[in-house]
Amino acid sequence: MSGNIELLNTTLAAAKAADRAALIAYLPAGFPTVDGGIEAVKAVVAGGADVVEVGLPHSDPVLDGPVIQTADDIALRGGVRIADVMRTVREAYEATGVPILVMTYWNPIDRYGVERFTAELAEAGGAGCILPDLPVQESALWREHADKHGLATVFVVAPSSQDARLATITAAGSGFVYAASLMGVTGTRASVGAQAQELVGRTRATTDLPVCVGLGVSNAAQAAEVAGFADGVIVGSAFVKAMLDAPDEAAGLAAVRSLAGELAEGVRKR
Amino acid sequence: MTSEFFIPDPEGLIPSAEGYFGAYGGKFIPEALVAAVDEVAVEYDKAKADPAFAAELNELMVNYTGRPSALTEVPRFAEHAGGARIFLKREDLNHTGSHKINNVLGQALLTKRMGKTRVIAETGAGQHGVATATACALFGLDCTIYMGEIDTQRQALNVARMRMLGAEVVAVKSGSRTLKDAINEAFRDWVANVDRTHYLFGTVAGPHPFPAMVRDFHRVIGVEARRQLLERAGRLPDAAVACVGGGSNAIGLFHAFIPDEGVRLVGCEPAGHGVETGEHAATLTAGEPGILHGSRSYVLQDDEGQITEPYSISAGLDYPGIGPEHSYLKDVGRGEYRAVTDDAAMQALRLLSRTEGIIPAIESAHALAGALELGKELGKDGLILVNLSGRGDKDMDTAARYFGLYDTDAVVEADADSDRAEIEGDAK
Repeated sequence: MSGNIELLNTTLAAAKAADRAALIAYLPAGFPTVDGGIEAVKAVVAGGADVVEVGLPHSDPVLDGPVIQTADDIALRGGVRIADVMRTVREAYEATGVPILVMTYWNPIDRYGVERFTAELAEAGGAGCILPDLPVQESALWREHADKHGLATVFVVAPSSQDARLATITAAGSGFVYAASLMGVTGTRASVGAQAQELVGRTRATTDLPVCVGLGVSNAAQAAEVAGFADGVIVGSAFVKAMLDAPDEAAGLAAVRSLAGELAEGVRKR
Repeated sequence: MTSEFFIPDPEGLIPSAEGYFGAYGGKFIPEALVAAVDEVAVEYDKAKADPAFAAELNELMVNYTGRPSALTEVPRFAEHAGGARIFLKREDLNHTGSHKINNVLGQALLTKRMGKTRVIAETGAGQHGVATATACALFGLDCTIYMGEIDTQRQALNVARMRMLGAEVVAVKSGSRTLKDAINEAFRDWVANVDRTHYLFGTVAGPHPFPAMVRDFHRVIGVEARRQLLERAGRLPDAAVACVGGGSNAIGLFHAFIPDEGVRLVGCEPAGHGVETGEHAATLTAGEPGILHGSRSYVLQDDEGQITEPYSISAGLDYPGIGPEHSYLKDVGRGEYRAVTDDAAMQALRLLSRTEGIIPAIESAHALAGALELGKELGKDGLILVNLSGRGDKDMDTAARYFGLYDTDAVVEADADSDRAEIEGDAK
């Protein structure tokens, strides 16, 4: 069975046709529990998320700030396994019909086996992967298997990426391009830097792929600001923090659904 | 003796242009760091070709570090090693008390050449942190050191030294609260502050060019020792022995001997409470290839690629990874790696102290314990070179508790045992 890269492409194209940015939500699998994580994905989609990235928790999340580190830690202490991540993707996709990507570090996939991982993710209905510590020059094997199984390879670009390198990265990527709004790890920020708009412009000059902006966005006003220049707005830590701050799981699910609703309004106010 | 102390690998064949030692190495880094890591590689290549860089580093190595370091024969210690002759390469006598200063001075000069004003570093035992804080004081650079919270406790003396030198020391509370987590936190800082910050990486791991560059700055250890031993013993050693955490002092000792096929290169990994207990940091003995901290190498991990928490009494060896060149040397059979327990290392520490009047670091004591075993295997005609990578002052609190040396302790083995349990309890 082929993965859902086409669903990802048509979803982002539909948002563009509606003259708005897409809302992309990130939630770690296994947080607060595997079933709770699946419910959280359903909640953000019910609130208005167009695409969901499911995190595969890692013991050493060097690109994540304290909020996602805490969630990963809870998930790993709970014993989350790759089979649980696949179940999260499958059940979330079957329940919502939206494109579901996996975001993780490279070692878990390297260890699990690239063919095994891509085949299982495609079979579960996944749409692709974001692998922020797998640079383009090390990605040939991954892309071969991702292409074979109909999965998108979403690369991250950063404000420090030079133009020639942006061209190399976007030529190798598919689905969309993840533009990091600033130099730093994941986490909410008071403002999303002006660097983001400049990076989106430089990235667009190299590709027709949608360019979506992540890192730091946590509220509707920021989402609207980013939607003014990007094809998609990616929100992670703010959802995780809403779950962490809630007194119980039901309240957490209500909070992420409500936040997704606010952000979905934001991405329509460009 | 020549006045040249910066002696980069003359072969230039390994690693490849992409930073691979066979199947190991590479650059597995986030896009945000690609430009900075590439800048380090370009600047290091320029520096290697610039006689002014070598001249400045050589001057520092002679007049600041105190190179060449001595080679000391230890016959009373060697009596416990089957009668083999043992020589110690005295990196403990370098300024700041370990081999770490060799690499730090090289990268500090590079930091200046790149026009950066701030340095960050990780440290386990605190020796790399102290050396880095020292170089930052010398060159007027801002300095932040990341250190696992457990290590700040067991190496409190070095925390005080770093602060005395003007560095900010950040106790890292995530994960296993040891060296691995200090590196994670340093990477997070680097991503956010890369414009003005150089990450002065302390071992031969990390993304290319760090494994090759840090090795080059430490090659002087083996080059000097080889020449000194030929003068003193009239032949090459049967074995060159070093402790291995990330592997910087070991690669520094081994590298000059790689072409000498008769010289066994023996790395001593921390077996902690014993490899069979699961409480160890013996990466090459018990690990599998994977990616950690920017390169492919052997890693202690589970079947789904989660890094497992290491353990060693030695903060400097308490790391679940290893430099990629060691993984390569293991796979091609040129390097031999064996595991040494906490207890064997502590016994060797006390033995060297009492037979030779030299108190080694607990890290280096792993190599000494390995040498005691090797000596028995080689017999009376054996000749062993050991890298004494650091001095043990920083470890006196751990050692005093282990052996029951404080006045408040009843100096009986039973109490020493309970202290040991307490220390080890803290370490987990």
